[in-house]
Amino acid sequence: MKAPPGSPARAWWDWKYVRWLLELNLRAVRARAYVRVVATGREIMWLLWEVLLPFMATAAYVFIYRALNAPPAYLGFVILGGAMTAFWMNVLWAMASQFYWERYSGQLELFFASPASLMAILLGMSAGGMFMTSVRAIGVLVLGSMVFRVEYAVAHPWLLAYTFLVTLWALYGLGMLLASVFLLYGREAWHTSNLLQEPVYLVSGFYFPVRALGFWVAAGATVIPLTLGLDAMRQLAFGGSPWAIAPDAVGLFPPGYEATALTGMAVLFIGAAYKALGRMMWAAKVAGTLALKH
Amino acid sequence: MSTSETRFQVDHRPRPAGLAIRTENLSRVFQVRRSRKWPRGRRVVALDGVNLEVAEGELFGLLGPNGAGKTTLIKILSTLLLPTSGRAFVSGIDVARDPFGVKQRINIVSGGESGGYGILSVRESLWMFSQLYGVSNRIALDRIDRMLKLVGLEDDAGTLISKLSTGMRQKMNFVRGFLSDPDVLFLDEPTLGLDVTTARTLRKFVREWMAERPGRTVLLTTHYMAEADELCDRVAIIDRGRILACDTPASLKRQIARQAVLRLEVSSSDGAGLSQADLARLKDQPGVREVAARWRPEAGRTVLTAILEADGAIPGLVGGLSGLGLVVHSLAKEEPTLEDVFVKLVGRTLAEDTPTNNGDHDSRNGTLPGDGPEVGVGGAGDGEAAAGGGAADESAAR
Repeated sequence: MKAPPGSPARAWWDWKYVRWLLELNLRAVRARAYVRVVATGREIMWLLWEVLLPFMATAAYVFIYRALNAPPAYLGFVILGGAMTAFWMNVLWAMASQFYWERYSGQLELFFASPASLMAILLGMSAGGMFMTSVRAIGVLVLGSMVFRVEYAVAHPWLLAYTFLVTLWALYGLGMLLASVFLLYGREAWHTSNLLQEPVYLVSGFYFPVRALGFWVAAGATVIPLTLGLDAMRQLAFGGSPWAIAPDAVGLFPPGYEATALTGMAVLFIGAAYKALGRMMWAAKVAGTLALKH
Repeated sequence: MSTSETRFQVDHRPRPAGLAIRTENLSRVFQVRRSRKWPRGRRVVALDGVNLEVAEGELFGLLGPNGAGKTTLIKILSTLLLPTSGRAFVSGIDVARDPFGVKQRINIVSGGESGGYGILSVRESLWMFSQLYGVSNRIALDRIDRMLKLVGLEDDAGTLISKLSTGMRQKMNFVRGFLSDPDVLFLDEPTLGLDVTTARTLRKFVREWMAERPGRTVLLTTHYMAEADELCDRVAIIDRGRILACDTPASLKRQIARQAVLRLEVSSSDGAGLSQADLARLKDQPGVREVAARWRPEAGRTVLTAILEADGAIPGLVGGLSGLGLVVHSLAKEEPTLEDVFVKLVGRTLAEDTPTNNGDHDSRNGTLPGDGPEVGVGGAGDGEAAAGGGAADESAAR
């Protein structure tokens, strides 16, 4: 099937048109995010479940480190890692696999047929997912820090906050990219998600400083934004400075460099997600694979 | 609400006046994957050179059995699918060249769809979809309340979608299609699986909506003849991807007005239905133009629809039935219906091709259960959609 020529030139210089387009897509972002935000408050039992279970997993590592007389900072590393696992779970199951579920429920067609961009839908899913998961992550962090009396030494709070946010955007950018990739190539999204879950826990160093894997393995694992983000946040949370590796935190690279790299990754992944989305949409229209029935 | 509130009018290209939908030699071929049965895969022609024109303000029906190409046509027109060849225009805009322009002007509702997140209430879900069309909050919420009232869902506006019955969910999805105030609305089997009262409510709703603003266009696909007869200004009969006839229901029926349409209920001594060979023998009787059969397992009888050139052919047909060892339980001469037009054009009834009936609709006359073909409620399509919805709700719903 021959590709049709692109849409006729639109009035991109026409501010009214641009404003209308922006408003349409911002409404779509807000509407899609709303689903996840509202879910956070409606499923209280779920919230309990999602905080308590990761906390227990984290606690197990804390006791191991205590038994081994590891430095106190290691307890903080584990709790930070335990909190961040929530985001990876959310990205895998509620971002990368989401279009797959939406296709099953017939919703993808409805999104596709609307004038709002699918990119806006993905951004809304990301924003809602970040909010929803942050509640859980903060729960684990606060509970863990209180129970195990972890003391943080944050010298650069703004850089730490920026690193956290940019890690999330890079991570959710990856999730947005995977959403299209799973739909394009994956026949069973949940198998792929299952396959990616535990190995990433390991190579991203959720429960130990990633440097322990050896420099080259750890450097290879930085393709997953969480590896860099977690490494930078651990250094910054325990007295690290932006442009030097914190020796106590067994850091991989200086946190300032890591934050810069994460910014690049966020742009790269979101850009790649946009491209992949276009490709997925085109392939779906050619092959007729948007829905399960014709 | 004015149309400018939901869409941006930048497209000033000339378009054929008064045409909401136009297709030119539209074809779509699907490549089916290799399987044990088809080791080399196979090509399925879903649409084969379809030419169609629907005027603005028209309620146009597409009648055809499952697999006739109705849904494929709607998917192409709603930019969800590309044609293999030919062109299609909605509001004068080429669906392949400018899908965004088309999307601003259309909406789509499919019967049996399970869209919406179980965690949201009916009102919230409808609001969410309205936002994808850029409808302002105030207008969206006003419309939602008004439309929910019209379909009798106002008391359930705050109910979570996961708690809705299938019928209620379908009503909600129906409302969703109207929220953006589209110029062209595609209704793909909208009353599939609904009870008679609900289906009637929705049909009334469509008529009122069309009357509210002239220029609104609806393309309705259905295999309920009565629905098409009652609602549509014009009807196209489609089978195996080809448009066989296109006219007003009255004109289509007039085509066979001079012929006699007989409805017979017959049974055989062994309780079996009629074979294709039996039907062929009946068709060979002098004066018999077409015969189609519909098996009613619950009664152990076959309902025959016969189109005869004149009344004089009746004795010959009855004699032919006796010759096949069949007992005639009832015989009635009827006014031609769209079903009869379909039988004449296609050579079989819709019910023969359409296992998914709603159980409470007779595809001929839309009567209550017991009067019509009692084929199971829902059917494969419904079940699949419901299962999918469940998976989405439970696994990833948020």
